[in-house]
Amino acid sequence: MSNMINITINDIPLAVPENTSIFHAAKMINVHIPTLCHHEDLCVAGNCRVCVVEVEKDPNLVASCATPVREGMKVLTNTSKIRQARKHILELLLTEHNINCIKCSKSNACELQNLALEYRTDDEIFLNLRKPSRPDISSYAIQKDDSKCIRCTRCVRTCAQLQGVNALTMAYKGNLAKMSTFKEKPMAEVVCTNCGQCINRCPTGALTERTYIEEVWNAIYDPTKHVVVQTAPAVRVALGERFGLKAGNRVTGKMVASLKAMGFDSVLDTDFTADLTIMEEGTELLSRLKKVLVDGNTSAALPMFTSCSPGWIKFIEHIYPEMLPNLSSCKSPQQMFGVLAKTYYAEKRGFDPKDIVSVSVMPCTAKKYEANRSEMRDSGFQDVDYVLTTRELAIMIQQSGINVLTLKNEPFDNIMGASTGAGVIFGATGGVMEAAIRTAYELVTGREVPFERLNITPVRGFEGIKEASLLIEKVKPEFEFLEGVELKVAIAHGLAHARKLMEAIKNEKTFYHFVEVMACPGGCLGGGGQPIPTNPDIRAARMNAIYKEDEKMPLRKSHENPEIQQLYADFLGEPNGHLSHKLLHTYYTERERY
Amino acid sequence: MATQLKRTELIFREDIDYSALMRKIMKMGKEKFIEELIDSGLRGRGGAGFPTGLKWKIVKEYPDPIKYIICNADEGEPGTFKDREILDKASEKVIWGMALASYITGAKEGFIYIRAEYKYLKTKLRIAIDRMEHNIKSLGINFKLDLIFGAGAYVCGEETALIESMEGFRGEPTNKPPYPVNEGYLGRPTVVNNVETFVNAMIIADIGAEEYKKLGTKASQGSKLFSVSGDCCKEGVFELEMGMTVQQFVDEFGDGDTKAVQVGGASGFCVPRKEFKNTIIGFEGVPTGGSMKVFNSSRSMYNILENYLIFFEEESCGQCTPCRVGTQQLLHGIRAVKRKEKPKTYLDELLRLAYTMKYASKCGLGRSVGNAFTSIIENFREEIVY
Ligand SMILES: Cc1cc2nc3c(=O)[nH]c(=O)nc-3n(C[C@H](O)[C@H](O)[C@H](O)COP(=O)(O)O)c2cc1C
Ligand code: SF4
Ligand code: SF4
Ligand code: SF4
Ligand code: SF4
Ligand code: FES
Repeated sequence: MSNMINITINDIPLAVPENTSIFHAAKMINVHIPTLCHHEDLCVAGNCRVCVVEVEKDPNLVASCATPVREGMKVLTNTSKIRQARKHILELLLTEHNINCIKCSKSNACELQNLALEYRTDDEIFLNLRKPSRPDISSYAIQKDDSKCIRCTRCVRTCAQLQGVNALTMAYKGNLAKMSTFKEKPMAEVVCTNCGQCINRCPTGALTERTYIEEVWNAIYDPTKHVVVQTAPAVRVALGERFGLKAGNRVTGKMVASLKAMGFDSVLDTDFTADLTIMEEGTELLSRLKKVLVDGNTSAALPMFTSCSPGWIKFIEHIYPEMLPNLSSCKSPQQMFGVLAKTYYAEKRGFDPKDIVSVSVMPCTAKKYEANRSEMRDSGFQDVDYVLTTRELAIMIQQSGINVLTLKNEPFDNIMGASTGAGVIFGATGGVMEAAIRTAYELVTGREVPFERLNITPVRGFEGIKEASLLIEKVKPEFEFLEGVELKVAIAHGLAHARKLMEAIKNEKTFYHFVEVMACPGGCLGGGGQPIPTNPDIRAARMNAIYKEDEKMPLRKSHENPEIQQLYADFLGEPNGHLSHKLLHTYYTERERY
Repeated sequence: MATQLKRTELIFREDIDYSALMRKIMKMGKEKFIEELIDSGLRGRGGAGFPTGLKWKIVKEYPDPIKYIICNADEGEPGTFKDREILDKASEKVIWGMALASYITGAKEGFIYIRAEYKYLKTKLRIAIDRMEHNIKSLGINFKLDLIFGAGAYVCGEETALIESMEGFRGEPTNKPPYPVNEGYLGRPTVVNNVETFVNAMIIADIGAEEYKKLGTKASQGSKLFSVSGDCCKEGVFELEMGMTVQQFVDEFGDGDTKAVQVGGASGFCVPRKEFKNTIIGFEGVPTGGSMKVFNSSRSMYNILENYLIFFEEESCGQCTPCRVGTQQLLHGIRAVKRKEKPKTYLDELLRLAYTMKYASKCGLGRSVGNAFTSIIENFREEIVY
């Protein structure tokens, strides 16, 4: 139990735990203090100064986000001195800022815009200090516009603290101080993983996704094209937030209905290829285990790492290239979907693959980059043409004049629209692991996993690195080599945690058979393409919604998905078979570490 | 208050047997010496004027087995060059002052953070350090001292920025609390003192608080080095008793035509002629880290202010809004007024902004930009406008 500290805020007495900041103490009694550089997920910076308050006996104002309470402290949050300072600060920021809200994709969700409006700031009191600059659009995923940056360092802290990537840094000092990259290189040429976590926390429009909305509309309007769209599991539990729903509301049916109403020719489900990923990745794991345990073949690297998170893929290519053999060769569900859309789907539905435009809606910005990787063309075409984020989908829904909340639920189209609960939980950290175990355990033993209602709770939740083990007993004869093996697994989400886990594995501090890594905090539900804002509560609500969706699915194991069974029977043959290897598996590239 | 300007000669005196002095303090005991130091009224000579005895006491009492002593020799304030003089002429005294701090607080390691331009003092300091380390070992105290050269940013003289820079990070001030005395270098309790402060601690160890207090005023005890420059009859570093008025200073150093004195450098205050008589140089009046710049009537106060603002616009670390953008606005603002692009009433807008910078900036740099600005604008408005 920590000590309680007695203070007053605006003459209201309260007691709060030691080390609480003035900002948080005020929040407890519903006194709102404006902030710009503060973010619940990040360490304190205290550099924007917009959160200043008065503390009795202190001639200066103090930054409430960065100042812990002291016994007997008397705080005022609304005085003429404070108001003047906040207004000045906002006005100063605006004199540096390329104000063009009408064209800015952050409009309405922009914290600077909101505060400027709230304080009725006048951006013309002081002199115009705007410096001309062009947005950096070198990256397929991340757009960086220095002219909108307020130097709050949220992105720098995100990239360093949550992601352990350090692609962003503050450069220069004084009037030249700016957020930049190593040697001011373009975003496409630095160690950036395209995870988009910086975008989620940028208070302004300085960091946004590269948008492909116009391209997708053009495809939809083009009568010669057959436009298929796939939607990832984490999109449906977050999209509603953009339409005023509280976090944690699932809008799967309404999302499908709006996509149909917008004019997509076929609305399909990435959950389908999530199930497929389990079949391929599970088989790959079993064959690696067999190679190591039976044949003593050490060239099969263990632990095997999951490969569905393209941010994680780019991270390991840059930072741990020596571990690339451990990475599963499976493509991500998005890319498996893309390649099948232009092969299997085209064949079955009788389309020429050149007429198919394949669009995906993802909670993720890294998938924009992934779709553009040169190796992702195994169909003979670019497998996925355009990747939209959850946020871009929301904008398109608005543009199409649809009132999404009033639409009737509709089901996904066929083929490649069927899924199981196992595919759904891909959206949460630990989900791939859980889905894999549900299937692999049953494949090996012929029995369901020994967990109540199939819920493998040890791999769930928000702990940065989770570990679990499962004893494998009474196996089927062909899996004799696994009898009595204690399967050890680990799960990391957020690349800073992944880094920690990789160090432990590299230094042989621990051993695992199978490791799941998701680049984003919380997994895809906290992805860089999800609605803004994000914070621990919002992510928890989304996670809750994902597990609810899983529970209500009639089928909850990937291998039970009838369309998956049909896909193998009619087209692929068997998991890890020849055609699978050609279409569903890939290779990786070592990258520089700058 | 002293009626006549009193030259003192305490700081540069090196005819002291430091080992013997150290033994004397060891006999006296740590508690007793801290009391003595507090009683002496010594306040930090780096500008902020924090009571030195209290600082050492906090670090001494902080329950952490690892502590550090840092000597701040970054000396970046325009017009200040007294620390260089001390390091050159009384290097042993500084180093023994640090050793004294180490003995009192229990720190086993120390660093002199010294600005890159003073590299030529390296050999001299190294020799003095080696000698001190050797001698103090024979007293049974282990204290290791090292030199660290700064990279030339003014803001790195601010103690938290200095520590960040020592740790290999960007030299940027951090939030306070935590203060260096609790969480300083590598997160350990750390004494950061100015060069001159360590020397003063040695003087007090030598002559005692009673004797020391005979110099100066209640708020500003002891003597102080002043770096005198500008339109003066004699330039250089002078040791003077604290507590004189600006008038007394000008009588001694001015060229007979002094219209203003900038006390404390770019981040200090501009005192106009009409205030000379009733302005005391010291913590009760205008404090100074040592810089005294004298201006005669041939000088344009506009140029002086513009120069200061150019300095700040560049030397701000750039992290916090009021300072980063505020310095630019003040600079471009006075230029706009001069060029008649803004009305002279715009200066009032800028004055309000200067107050916001003072209240809301993250560190002393942004807070003190307003000092020079307001004191010059308020006293020489005409010169800025026309
Ligand atoms: C922008 C800025 C620059 C500073 N530069 C110096 C410096 O060069 N030397 C110094 O001793 N203190 C400097 N200080 C003050 C230090 O932060 C700190 O207060 C001082 O080193 C403490 O020592 P003292 O108590 O002995 O004065 C500076 C402060 C600020 C805000
Ligand atoms: S970042 Fe915000 S304030 Fe700036 S143009 Fe965009 S919406 Fe407007
Ligand atoms: S996208 Fe991710 S890796 Fe890239 S800069 Fe942003 S936080 Fe860092
Ligand atoms: S890019 Fe955004 S998050 Fe980063 S410093 Fe600029 S405004 Fe802040
Ligand atoms: S006041 Fe200036 S120097 Fe200090 S932290 Fe702010 S920007 Fe940096
Ligand atoms: S929110 Fe507190 S200083 Fe930025």
